[in-house]
Amino acid sequence: MRHRTLTTILAAGVLVLAGCGGGGDDSSSGGGPGGLSVPKIDKLASLGAGEGTVNIIAWAGYVEDGSTDPKVDWVSDFEKETGCQVNTKVAGTSDEMVTLMKTGEYDVVSASGDASLRLIYGGDVAPVNTDLIKNYADVFDGLKDKAWNSVNNQPYGVPHGRGANLLMYRTDTVKPAPTSWSAVFDANSPYKGKITAYDSPIYIADAALYLMKTKPDLGIKNPYALDDTQFKAATDLLTEQNKLIGEYWSDYTKEVQAFKSGDSVLGTTWQVIANLAAADKAPVEAILPSEGATGWSDTWMISSKAKHPNCGYLWMNHIISPKANAGVAEWFGEAPANKLSCAETADKNHCKTFHAEDEAYFSNVWYWTTPLAQCVDGRTDVTCKDYAAWTQAWTTIKG
Amino acid sequence: MDPGVDNDQGLGGRRRWQLAALLSAPMLWLGVAYLGALAVLLVSAFWTVNGFTGEVVREFSLQNFRTIATEEVYRNVTLRSVGVAVAVTVICVVLALPMAFYMAKVASPRTRGWLVIAILTPLWASYLVKAYAWRVLLANDGPLDSVIGTPGYGLVAVVIVLTYLWLPYMILPIYAGLERLPDSLLEASADLGARGGRTFRGVVLPILIPSIFAGSIFTFSLSLGDYITVQIVGGKSQLIGNLVYANVGAANNLPFAAAIACVPVIIMVVYLTAVRRSGALEEL
Amino acid sequence: MTRWVLRVVMALGLLFIYVPLLLVLVNSFNGDRTFGWPPHDFTTRWWTAAWNNGGARDALWTSVKAGLGATAIALVLGTMVAFAVQRFKFFGRDTVSLLIVLPIALPGIVTGIALDSAWRSVIEPLGLGKGLFSVIVGHATFCVVTVYNNVLARLRRSGISLEEASADLGARPGQTFRYITFPMIRSALLAGGLLAFALSFDEIIVTTFTAGPGIQTLPIWIFNNLFRPNQAPVVNVVAAVLIVLSVLPVWLAQRVAGPEAGASRT
Repeated sequence: MRHRTLTTILAAGVLVLAGCGGGGDDSSSGGGPGGLSVPKIDKLASLGAGEGTVNIIAWAGYVEDGSTDPKVDWVSDFEKETGCQVNTKVAGTSDEMVTLMKTGEYDVVSASGDASLRLIYGGDVAPVNTDLIKNYADVFDGLKDKAWNSVNNQPYGVPHGRGANLLMYRTDTVKPAPTSWSAVFDANSPYKGKITAYDSPIYIADAALYLMKTKPDLGIKNPYALDDTQFKAATDLLTEQNKLIGEYWSDYTKEVQAFKSGDSVLGTTWQVIANLAAADKAPVEAILPSEGATGWSDTWMISSKAKHPNCGYLWMNHIISPKANAGVAEWFGEAPANKLSCAETADKNHCKTFHAEDEAYFSNVWYWTTPLAQCVDGRTDVTCKDYAAWTQAWTTIKG
Repeated sequence: MDPGVDNDQGLGGRRRWQLAALLSAPMLWLGVAYLGALAVLLVSAFWTVNGFTGEVVREFSLQNFRTIATEEVYRNVTLRSVGVAVAVTVICVVLALPMAFYMAKVASPRTRGWLVIAILTPLWASYLVKAYAWRVLLANDGPLDSVIGTPGYGLVAVVIVLTYLWLPYMILPIYAGLERLPDSLLEASADLGARGGRTFRGVVLPILIPSIFAGSIFTFSLSLGDYITVQIVGGKSQLIGNLVYANVGAANNLPFAAAIACVPVIIMVVYLTAVRRSGALEEL
Repeated sequence: MTRWVLRVVMALGLLFIYVPLLLVLVNSFNGDRTFGWPPHDFTTRWWTAAWNNGGARDALWTSVKAGLGATAIALVLGTMVAFAVQRFKFFGRDTVSLLIVLPIALPGIVTGIALDSAWRSVIEPLGLGKGLFSVIVGHATFCVVTVYNNVLARLRRSGISLEEASADLGARPGQTFRYITFPMIRSALLAGGLLAFALSFDEIIVTTFTAGPGIQTLPIWIFNNLFRPNQAPVVNVVAAVLIVLSVLPVWLAQRVAGPEAGASRT
């Protein structure tokens, strides 16, 4: 009896709400695998008056209004000048950003390359009319019209900054100093159990990049375009690597702390993490290994369903203005996107430390790009593994 | 029979209205809105996601469940998660019983008040801050390493930290159960010649079973669903909560996440129906 | 002998509970930005930074509002169900307690995504986007149980003879409630409400999924800031302050309602 009543209630709930479940997210169209077409969305033709509000999804530290530290503020002036009240939602991962953008509640997003194509092909973001964004002209050319922010030469956002996924090691334990990613894949590594790696499916690209240089037979041309054989080689490498891993990291407090205590001595990192660890007197060094590296470049994009498009455009223009861009780049720890920003940073060495103007350095960097079934390296004779497959493979690798 | 219950089989017209007035709002909230939301989520487990656009395809498919049933990794993670939850629950019981007993039966009433405060206070310190404090404690060369050694980051660390986080939720119901236990019962048992341990096993423990189960609902379910602690101190391990969380966002695969979420939901519903016979649900 | 053992276990238990909290306090004065051990220099600059941190204050205020809202709803709903279950006999009565426990017994992430997708597909089209209100709704859902259980236990122990006497003496139902029933359950309401508030105040998973743009409760603020090296020590300060402040409501509850209220039932 008792059990039946529960089932009755559950069943009744299903009946009542199964009818209401629909109607959520069938707004934009999209072809199935194979027919890869960008949903047709118009870009904003001209800038109107601000709507009084702009809802932003951003990485922690991208939108600072002085509430964290009164000195760190590039929002208040914007609000005063434009009358656009800024509401921010901080996302923890690229995946979360995509999910949040699908809700249609937000106007702009600071999407990394592992999210941007998903947003573009999902019809969640609109193409950007760069004529309406004055500061776009001053963005480094190395960041414009790239695979992760543009389709058919049409920009879908404005570049925000960039960085590489470097190899960091403790100088007191790791000897000789590594120069290659082989250090983190060596099955006989003396640092077994103290190696760390980035905790995301996109890390599969790091293995692919390594294989691209060391196993030319596989024919990998782009670490984000992997067919079945290539993908298997990369995931096998990572499954082997899992035995060496002490922990995977995703937030930088965790990584800095692990390197300082010596729980991790070798692994991927960001420049900012290396700087912080060094500032706290940990004996660490970060290098760009001989194979090059993966990296990220974030793009401010505007929602196709934006309720406040004008404020959204005003924000995109503001955030890449030299002063604001410099502020973010320093606070977050990355290379700014605007050429004029380097003159505005408080630390005059900032652009040098982060290689902002060093195009040769960044030419060795493969920026995060969403893996799609239609290979992003242009091959048409095979199907590549898409991000959903990468995600499930990552689960399996971690075991 | 409970005191005060209206035992008439048929409710009078006025009583019936009173009952309807009392129950309608809560049932609308929990019975319809909450269960409905859960039901929709579970239904979506039978859907799939278009790999390109991330749009949900609303066609019935068993694909998600097939993946979970056939891929070894999901079975391993489920077993690992249940193992962690059971370990946490057992350790919490072992720690909570003597502590609650001391509070309820040994300490003076004045000390008792302070002890209750001492147990409740940590509930207000942020979960995340506590988990991070443990990360520091368990670190290589950390404060613990120099005193008693550290297991390092991994499943053992996860069990320790989860035990730490949920221990008060086990102590409180057991303490409440002991408080209701008349001292005379203990004395009677002692008078009859039972030793402390015997009294405990023969008299106290049976009465406390519902309270222990009540506490275990918290420790078990909170451990089973956790995905943050394991990220902070779990080294390279993942639990079932991580898989749900990864898939909610990753490729925006809500249907697959929902399918994985079915696993802890089923485990919990089975667990709840099993322990409710003991009256545990009234002891929370 | 047994007493002695119990005393030692209690002491060890308290040590286990308080050592990490002590570490939080110590680290709030640690000059190191990511809690390095041992602390290499003493500083109060995190306390200054926390004091000037408007974000933390706003988040605290949001949390208090969310907690009060959720507690208020939980008090009303939980009391109603407790009365219904205790004073009436009806079909499905046994299932009610299971239904009430369910939101807290299911993993937070399940409740979180369920409420999130339901809100987006049912309520949002009606024009009410996610915001503070959706957080309150989410929290109230799993807070009802604490109030329900406390009130139910109290009703069970007290019976209805006093209320009957009051009615026999000619009191109107309103008067009976005001003078007899409410005082009877007051401390149970306080205990249940306090726990409901505490549950809401430290909730992070359901909040992550139900908070709208710009809504930051204290745990969410902590989550966002803990992962920024410049901010992590400030989080320690906030946590230390919370620990100290939390003694206050617990102590007050003990004073008002006797030792039972602070603890009795989770």
